[in-house]
Amino acid sequence: MSSSPAILRHQDDAMPAAAAVTEPTPVPVMTPTPAPPSFGALAGRWYRLNQDSLRATAIGVISLAAFLLVWHLLTTYRVVFFVRFTNVPSPLAVYASFTKAIHDPKFLLHILLSCRRIFFGFSLAAIVGVLLGLIMGRFKLVHEIVFPVAEVLRPIPAIAWVPMAIMLWPTNEQSIVFITFLGSFFPILVNTLHGMSLVDPVLVRAAQCLGARERSIFREVYFPASLPHIFTGLTIGMGVAWVSLIAAEMISGQYGIGYFTWEAYSLVQYADIALGMIAIGVLGLGSSLLIRGAGQLVMPWRAK
Amino acid sequence: MSEIATATPQGHIEVKNFSLSYETIDGSVEAVTNTHIHVKPGEFVSIVGPSGCGKSTFLNAVAGFLKPTTGTITVDGERVSGPSAERGMVFQQYSLFPWKTVRENVEFGLKMRGMPRSQRERAARTLLGLAGLEAFEKHYPEKLSGGMKQRVGIVRALATGPKVLLLDEPFGALDAQTRVIMQQILTNMWQRLKISVLFVTHDIDEAIFLSDRVYCMTARPGSIKAEIPIPLERPRQQSMMMSSEFLALRRGLMSLIREESLKAMGGEINDLGMQGLNIELHGHSLADVI
Ligand SMILES: Nc1ncnc2c1ncn2[C@@H]1O[C@H](COP(=O)(O)OP(=O)(O)O)[C@@H](O)[C@H]1O
Ligand SMILES: [Mg+2]
Repeated sequence: MSSSPAILRHQDDAMPAAAAVTEPTPVPVMTPTPAPPSFGALAGRWYRLNQDSLRATAIGVISLAAFLLVWHLLTTYRVVFFVRFTNVPSPLAVYASFTKAIHDPKFLLHILLSCRRIFFGFSLAAIVGVLLGLIMGRFKLVHEIVFPVAEVLRPIPAIAWVPMAIMLWPTNEQSIVFITFLGSFFPILVNTLHGMSLVDPVLVRAAQCLGARERSIFREVYFPASLPHIFTGLTIGMGVAWVSLIAAEMISGQYGIGYFTWEAYSLVQYADIALGMIAIGVLGLGSSLLIRGAGQLVMPWRAK
Repeated sequence: MSEIATATPQGHIEVKNFSLSYETIDGSVEAVTNTHIHVKPGEFVSIVGPSGCGKSTFLNAVAGFLKPTTGTITVDGERVSGPSAERGMVFQQYSLFPWKTVRENVEFGLKMRGMPRSQRERAARTLLGLAGLEAFEKHYPEKLSGGMKQRVGIVRALATGPKVLLLDEPFGALDAQTRVIMQQILTNMWQRLKISVLFVTHDIDEAIFLSDRVYCMTARPGSIKAEIPIPLERPRQQSMMMSSEFLALRRGLMSLIREESLKAMGGEINDLGMQGLNIELHGHSLADVI
């Protein structure tokens, strides 16, 4: 197709209009080159610009320290006041068990296996949930078929699937991944659907009268327009994935950080309970930071 | 058929016996009725009318988004059956893709046509240069002012070289200064590209300043009440808006519109009501006086 753009056709005679057409473009701002500021002045300016985040960081550090201190005091004095701190490990005991654990290949294996289960379960949920959401949002019939089933299954917590999952899948590993998948699948699907329902119809029209066909509209309009909601779904889904994973590991696992935590209780290794909990917290935080980072990469237009 | 179309000048819009009704719970609501218009190739035609009279409805039908209830819309003899890149459109709401940079927005139509990346980048840069936007090619729309957004919208619509450009109150949301600049930019581009333009507005000055011909639309259900040629010479200057010729055209259009605006408001304000407000009509109709 020799569709050299009509615009190029007009280019020659359009050029002279440039001067007439242009609205005065912003004049480049002429800043007089200032004398290099002193270190003190620079530091002061940097401080003023970052004041808010510095403040937040400082308060955050103080608050965490206070939390550790309270924890330390409660366990050192074995406080019993409705709640019993008699057997709760102190921060120092947990730290000691942490330094031991990081040299223990078994502990690292627990963590690695949990991460792998999250990776497979969550990735699968993300792919299936987003695709299905996009298709359901665009094709009414698919929506009408899938939606009732989804609505019935959605309120069932992933943990309630444990017995069924064990029956369904030949190996324990598969059933745990399946439960992780289920936990994150519905939030991702629902948010993708929500995003699709909010796509501005004017943008679809704009694409149509620029020559976009169904597939391009899907790829160039519906998908990017839904991305912010898709990422909301992914963030929530990641949280639920960890909840489901830990529960599944505690019930039916042989490995994994959830299993580690539960095993520590059975073996009366109290410090390891707290260690397991903290590890779960850190892993959960890390994975949600990953998602947020991915969101910023994929949606540069939403960067501040 | 297509040979004839390429041989003769392009962008001839003809609308005959057009009407469009919306189906609502309360039955069908006629938005536009019995409308005939035409735009000759390369002509700049405006439609003015009070708000709610069906201007957007009409333009959306020409764009191919709405099906006429009766009548036909043709461009160069071919019946409009759906949206197409032949008919570029600029919307009242800024309709840039927020996830695309200014240049990517302008490239969109060319991309849809399968033009290779490097070629369409070059084309988009040239066009953005014409609109004085080259410095902003990498910006996302969110960071642009309203005037710039709408300029990008116009450039984007023109990028594919449509036969016809449709604009639906494109400057309605802009401040007066920016509006004037935008009008100038639009006329310049139109004169360069020799494209047919159908421009919808409720602003009479804007319609006169820009157009070769102005159609005046009645209150809902909208239909064409009058057709006014604008014989002002081109290129048009801002100063012309003070000329007696311009003012005479303005007065004529103003009275036509006033009448319709009053009707659009429900006809509650009748001549008697106005007399109650101590305004003497001296036998003139209300529209002449207000
Ligand atoms: N989708 C719709 N359903 C029902 N009525 C509509 C719809 N869109 C517009 N209308 C009505 O049709 C009339 C014309 O609307 P519109 O074309 O937007 O007018 P204008 O652009 O001149 O302001 C209005 O009275 C409006 O309420
Ligand atoms: Mg309108």
